[in-house]
Amino acid sequence: MITIRVPTPLRPYTGGAKEVEVSGETVTEALGDLVQHYPDLKRHLFDDAGALRAYVNVFLNDDDVRTLQGEATPLKPGDRLMIIPSIAGGAPTGWRREERQEPAPSARIRLGSVPTRPA
Amino acid sequence: MANAPLVSKELDLSHDEILRYSRHLLMPEVGLAGQRKLKASSVLVIGTGGLGSPVALYLAAAGVGHLGLVDYDRVDFTNLQRQVIHGMGTVGLRKVDSARARLLDLNPDIRVETYDEPFTSENAMRLSAPYDLIVDGTDNFPTRYLVNDVCVLTHKPNVYGSIFRFEGQVSVFWADRGPCYRCLFPEPPPPGLVPSCAEGGVFGVLPGTIGTLQATEALKLLLGIGEPLIGKLLLFDALGLSFEELRLKKNPRCRICSAEPEIHELIDYEAFCGVPGHDHEDGHLAREWEVEPAALAAELKAGKAVRLLDVREPHELEISRLPGAQLIPLGSLASRLHELDSAEELVVFCKSGTRSARALELLAGAGYRKVRNLYGGINEWARQVDPSLPQY
Repeated sequence: MITIRVPTPLRPYTGGAKEVEVSGETVTEALGDLVQHYPDLKRHLFDDAGALRAYVNVFLNDDDVRTLQGEATPLKPGDRLMIIPSIAGGAPTGWRREERQEPAPSARIRLGSVPTRPA
Repeated sequence: MANAPLVSKELDLSHDEILRYSRHLLMPEVGLAGQRKLKASSVLVIGTGGLGSPVALYLAAAGVGHLGLVDYDRVDFTNLQRQVIHGMGTVGLRKVDSARARLLDLNPDIRVETYDEPFTSENAMRLSAPYDLIVDGTDNFPTRYLVNDVCVLTHKPNVYGSIFRFEGQVSVFWADRGPCYRCLFPEPPPPGLVPSCAEGGVFGVLPGTIGTLQATEALKLLLGIGEPLIGKLLLFDALGLSFEELRLKKNPRCRICSAEPEIHELIDYEAFCGVPGHDHEDGHLAREWEVEPAALAAELKAGKAVRLLDVREPHELEISRLPGAQLIPLGSLASRLHELDSAEELVVFCKSGTRSARALELLAGAGYRKVRNLYGGINEWARQVDPSLPQY
């Protein structure tokens, strides 16, 4: 079995699980097994074409898999994969309205995919 | 590797300063020469919030002679849960002024420059020029990439710290001696994947831990002692009280610090990250997708059939709730759409409108048309409609 450490920002999609046991002989297979168990996680790890997203950092034991053989890096039982998230938290210098008493604009995010409301 | 101090210049200490720093002077790793170096050192701290508070306090206490503080925000009551450089007496004041007063009270022998403005591509080079080292204590991706690129282009170390809920990361990104932030994170996550602290929450003591580690690294670099966190990413989990250290390598294809970089000057970081790094007015949800709390209250009073969908987390219901609302946390909405009827009028809400805007995007993408977002969330409802509800 391979242990995958799930970072906090992704735990809502694993039912709160911090570590998940999966099987697989490569990084791709292990992550595939992970999203099989937690389908909500899939879009956060893989793009529509099924490739691992560029901002998803995966470490095998202590090393970035990009410095090994990437997603094809072979795994052996007992290996530990860590998904390292980009987290930005620190000081409220951006997105700051939410920190204040005034109402937040409903969307600080881009809503490009929201279609126009039919007349 | 011999670890040359970042600063070679030294400044004389007064008798008062020798007394103040006596616990440093007793240690040979710092000693009189080290303390004189610290006095001649300068550090720019980006952000005077959760991370910037301990960073600035400890650097000031340690005797770093010249500190710069960049922040354009004002002290808010909700900041005090973790931003310990501020206090009740400075709520409403500019953060840089509040922080400067506290630092000079702690150590009047140092110089504190304040920059009450956002850190941007336009001013970053000018603001950072006088400083030996930059400490990144921001909370958004555009500014993090900006800080990184400034440091790479000007050959300065970037003492990085970041926090989320109970987890933190620390590293020293210094392209001249190791990987940079872009080597580890070539691309930012899309907007919406990683909630802000305001949305996701943060354990108040966590920025204390992480910021103090950043201050530790900054002081070590200035003095040239110990093993800096170059080429290493330290992960801290407050709940497990565990530290893990990962090895980082320079990315041979890094867009800014590789042998053949594509980036030679600062870029538009908000466009790069797809999010506003500062308080911009763009990117708002079109008005027709929103409903003001007062207007919704009137609709409900008139007997209009509207289903309220609460996309917050279950524990937030203990703080405030709207009667009759259905709870489906944003994270599980995609897999629970079958619980909703697309023929029904739907109003989605969260704490202050950000998560529900994301839920609305998801619902609209799934074909829901009769769906609106509650402007300002349940906090705005508390302000406009039901003051008996607490705001958080």
